[in-house]
Amino acid sequence: MIGYLVRRVFQSLVVIIGVTIITFILLHLLPGNPVVAILGPRATHADVVALTNQLGLNKPLPQQYLIWLSNLAHLNLGYSYKQTESVDALLAARLPNTLLLVGTSTVLAILVAVPLGVLQSVRRNKPDDYVMTGLTFVFYSMPTFWLGILLIIVFSATLHWLPAEAPQAQNSLLSQVNGLVLPVVTLALVTLALFSRYMRSSMLENLVQDYVRTARAKGVSGRAVLFRHVLRNALLPLLTLIGLSIPGIISGAVVTETVFNYPGMGYLFVQSAFGYDYPVLLGVTVVVALATVIGSLVADILYAVADPRIRYV
Amino acid sequence: MSVGFGAGMTAADSVAATSAPEGGEGYETGSVWRMILAVFLENRLAVVGIGLIVFFILFSFAGPFIYHTQQTYTNLSIENQGPSLHHLLGTDGDGYDNIGRLMLGGQTSLEVGLAAAILAVFVGVIWGAAAGLAGGIIDAVMMRIVDTMLAIPFLLLLILLGTIFTVSVPELVMAIAFVAWLGPARLVRGETLSLRVREYVQAVKVMGGSQRRVLLRHIIPNTVGTVVVNATFQVADAIIAVATLSFLGFGIAPPATNWGLQLSNGTDFVYAGYWWLIYPAGACIVLTVMAFNFVGDAMRDALEVRLQKR
Repeated sequence: MIGYLVRRVFQSLVVIIGVTIITFILLHLLPGNPVVAILGPRATHADVVALTNQLGLNKPLPQQYLIWLSNLAHLNLGYSYKQTESVDALLAARLPNTLLLVGTSTVLAILVAVPLGVLQSVRRNKPDDYVMTGLTFVFYSMPTFWLGILLIIVFSATLHWLPAEAPQAQNSLLSQVNGLVLPVVTLALVTLALFSRYMRSSMLENLVQDYVRTARAKGVSGRAVLFRHVLRNALLPLLTLIGLSIPGIISGAVVTETVFNYPGMGYLFVQSAFGYDYPVLLGVTVVVALATVIGSLVADILYAVADPRIRYV
Repeated sequence: MSVGFGAGMTAADSVAATSAPEGGEGYETGSVWRMILAVFLENRLAVVGIGLIVFFILFSFAGPFIYHTQQTYTNLSIENQGPSLHHLLGTDGDGYDNIGRLMLGGQTSLEVGLAAAILAVFVGVIWGAAAGLAGGIIDAVMMRIVDTMLAIPFLLLLILLGTIFTVSVPELVMAIAFVAWLGPARLVRGETLSLRVREYVQAVKVMGGSQRRVLLRHIIPNTVGTVVVNATFQVADAIIAVATLSFLGFGIAPPATNWGLQLSNGTDFVYAGYWWLIYPAGACIVLTVMAFNFVGDAMRDALEVRLQKR
């Protein structure tokens, strides 16, 4: 068990370093010159040179990378080129919002997907299975932004039940809960579609296993077999799936935040991309990738705790 | 929208445990394919899916020859008109006929989707099979690279790439493929690991066959089933990715268009009620993606059936 843990943590560290390298390389391929972006089109050549030196942009790339990496270790992510705040201040303001969105959506998706998957597997090939599977298919095939727009059209423009924009108050999103409903529901529906399909096939696989037949032969009631034996085994692969899906959910969150003007990291990322705001882009990517790696590490550890067989992989 | 390029489907596929037949040949006999086809066609959703795919391909590429619209010169005097006899789905903000726009958009969406998926699968299969076959340090390094790129949410990577390269169709294809190849790579590596211990692979080595021969003649052909299934889902994901990128503003610049861009432009008019600019484009995207998902699902079921009858 300890050996497995050590290996997994080491793997994660390698991945994190790899992520920083990749993002650093990518961002230095960007064509926009950030110095010009900061100073504006009227800057003189002398100003440009001065700021370039000041920001350390004239040093060789590997050196810049190491400088940036050491800053990262001190939690200093630099200053935004466009906005007057430091990157970590920007991120600190937005990270909780995104966590709220992603966390609530994922929990909601899991809470609905598990019973839905169980239900679908039990009533396989009956009409309700077809209806549920069909609906899941439709949501699975919809681009996230399209679903968000549809929800806005229905609930905001037509019915006027919910606001079309997420609450913009910087200090507390929870003050206007009804502005949170549509973004969370959008992201949850899309995630739910994936989870419940997976849950359904996982349940179906387990239902044909020998141990189910044994339990039934022993006289265990149908419901007990389902919930005490099959469900536990079927949930395990879902853990891995959730760990693997975190990057995808975050991608969905980026879109959802943009559609609803939700003040989170995804929206910040999109805005910064338009402005070639190097440090912010790099900061968001690293933070998100870090969260992803930690998330899948936690998922794997939970899986190892739950299922002793895989500790020796 | 699928929440990850093939990553979700990869895990699901590994649970479904498809693997190659015993027997050694990389090429299956005709009767097996016929059986798969039979199971596939029994699945009504698959038939619907294929029908939709064919419809949209014809609509986008052959449509302009039947339903003539001009897409070059704007005509602002007829902008944003509702459906009429002359323009069956109305006109858009530049005065172009909307159906013509959908056809043109379909060409780009489908082209990019198919090309990106093919490229991604091609690269991914070779990478995964090579890694699985090589084993040891090389395998570890190659898979760490895959893991690293998987840790970055694909949309962030795509947006970053979108800001680096001026976006035209070839670059868009390469950008999406750059993100999408990770799924097939992981999948094929897993398959390779289970295939390389088969007797016929070891027999080839004993006979003095090179690694390259093993890779090309035995391993890759035996992964074809899973790969084709994954490729179908990749197309679906790629179409959504193009649409999402265009919606966010990082897609192809006008006058080229795709469904995502049309949807994005249409949403400016939600409160004005110009439904013909919004729903048709959205419906095209959803129906096409659903069609590919139906087909992919049915193929996966058909493959499992073949394995059960082994």
